Amino acid sequence: MDVRDDVVDILAGFLLFADLSTPELDRLVELFDEAWFADGERILRQGFSGSGFYVILDGSAVIRIDGVDRSTLRAGDYFGEISCLLGVPPTADIVAVGPLRCVVLPGDQLEDFLVAHPKLMFRLLQGEARKVRSTSKWQS
Amino acid sequence: MAELTKEPFPPGRYPVIVVGSGPGALQLTYSLTRLGIDHAVISEETAPGGMFRRWPLFQRMLSWTKPYSGFDHASRAYERFDWNSLLADEEGNRGLMPGLMDGTSYFPSRPEMERGLVTFAERTGLRIRFGCRWETTRRDGEDFVLGTTDGEYWAPVVVFAVGVAQPWKPAIPGLEHATAYGELRAAETYADKRVFIIGKQNSGFEIASALLQWARQIVIASPSPTKLSVNTRSLVGVRARYVQPVEDAALAGGVVILDASIESVGRSGGAFKVRTKNARDGAVMEFEADDVIAATGFTSPLRDLPDLGVATFGQSRLPAQTPFWESATRPGAYFAGTIMQGSLGLRKHGIPSNSGAVQGYRYNARVLARHLAESRSGIQVPRAKLQAAEVVPLLLSEASRGPELWHQRSYLARVVILDPDAGLIDDGIVPLAHFTDFGGPDAAAITLESNGRDDPYPALYVRRYGKVNEHLMPPHPLLDFEGPIYREQTESALRDLLSPSLSTTSP
Repeated sequence: MDVRDDVVDILAGFLLFADLSTPELDRLVELFDEAWFADGERILRQGFSGSGFYVILDGSAVIRIDGVDRSTLRAGDYFGEISCLLGVPPTADIVAVGPLRCVVLPGDQLEDFLVAHPKLMFRLLQGEARKVRSTSKWQS
Repeated sequence: MAELTKEPFPPGRYPVIVVGSGPGALQLTYSLTRLGIDHAVISEETAPGGMFRRWPLFQRMLSWTKPYSGFDHASRAYERFDWNSLLADEEGNRGLMPGLMDGTSYFPSRPEMERGLVTFAERTGLRIRFGCRWETTRRDGEDFVLGTTDGEYWAPVVVFAVGVAQPWKPAIPGLEHATAYGELRAAETYADKRVFIIGKQNSGFEIASALLQWARQIVIASPSPTKLSVNTRSLVGVRARYVQPVEDAALAGGVVILDASIESVGRSGGAFKVRTKNARDGAVMEFEADDVIAATGFTSPLRDLPDLGVATFGQSRLPAQTPFWESATRPGAYFAGTIMQGSLGLRKHGIPSNSGAVQGYRYNARVLARHLAESRSGIQVPRAKLQAAEVVPLLLSEASRGPELWHQRSYLARVVILDPDAGLIDDGIVPLAHFTDFGGPDAAAITLESNGRDDPYPALYVRRYGKVNEHLMPPHPLLDFEGPIYREQTESALRDLLSPSLSTTSP
């Protein structure tokens, strides 16, 4: 574990982790590392292999595709899951807007992590469904 | 030792100040001196060596120096096999460690490591003001002002090389009663004791390994399962030297390895009661132990730097840093030595840099020295010009034998720049994150990468019109990346980059 002791309390307030008890979060957080990014720093790099699954603890970031900002991510949002689940490089840059604090799980550990936490996997699926729905609405 | 025991650098103003005298500070002051950068070095210690004057606790290093590699000890290629020597330009000061070791192990003993650092400092004539303890920090205009036991120092650039060796304990009720790494008694005093070790990192397993022949029972506990470096194929996880307790546990020899969170540590008469909760089923268990040892990690002693705006993160409270190891939030404050691991780099596949170890940060220090020379002192370090035909062989030779790339995978890269005026320039070793994220002229960077499963493989990054593309090459069973497949793939990836230069730089 290399996360600060306030991380469990922060994660407990996020929808993705809403079904987990504090002892479950205590154990889960050991799997993550903490990372800190300065304004303008890239967290995910479009087209680069070996990315991870990130959850934003504090701050915000933009999704940037081919140099164009598409949307903003904030505390409680997560990213990198599609790249990790499909085993392909990210299709977008994720760029910090101001100081950004995250926890990160290496991509190849995401499957085991989700299987071990089915309620969290359900929440993540709900999140993916919302993204697909909003994309469909935007396209229609 | 005459040079070392004088008291250079009295309080006053300097262009650069380095705080520390461990291997990170020694490598940096050596490299700054070679580049002609005026600077002061202060340290609270009385001799070079930093934490290696005391630790590892059980007196042998985790990092190896392999005496027989097929390469001369003074050669650059040998550095891949020698993780412990500091880097020198002069042949006689290179690869010092194998000559100082007694041949009983390729892991130097702690005294051998300490002797290696002192020998390097003596032979290269490093100047350090010892016995000068940094205590406070404030700003005065563009300067940092360091309050020390010898008086005040001013400098616009300060490099803190103060280690990550301050034991840290999590907020577990009663854990204040536990012994921290560094406070342990002599191993034989644990004879026939029941020892409970909290933490499954190298420090916990180092202690367990040393107590195997003494303790009656050893319990090693933390919530997540033990990771082993031989499985992660990186320095993540417990190193093979400390795996014996795992076998002892597997064969029921008296060691218990528990995936459990620690709920509390209490006293019960002359013993401790440790209450745990199983990580899988939540079952509560209580252990009685004669000794409880907290091997729960280390932090960096940054003193009041966070109050000055130096952002920190993670359990180790590492300062957040740019790719050139400058505080991301307090310009002018730089870091050297093991604190450099706060500059994360790309962390591909979740594998961190080796900046927490000598074999990694010694290269960072050299890169930092050049960066400070050019960004802060106006000194332009010369770069070699290349012919187009030299580029591919240079990059593949670096992938096969460049020690910076071997020790700092996905982190440091060898870069060739296509300068619109000067042609092809060998830009030397550069942080990969700087190359990929901060723009610049058309260029190529080669590094080695690992994915935690396969052998290492070369990765080429090509920057063209500001956009960087990644080209991964296959691993090679003999780690030789100079064969036809690698030449073809590199030439193909660089074709656009090199073709315009062929007419301007070839004879």
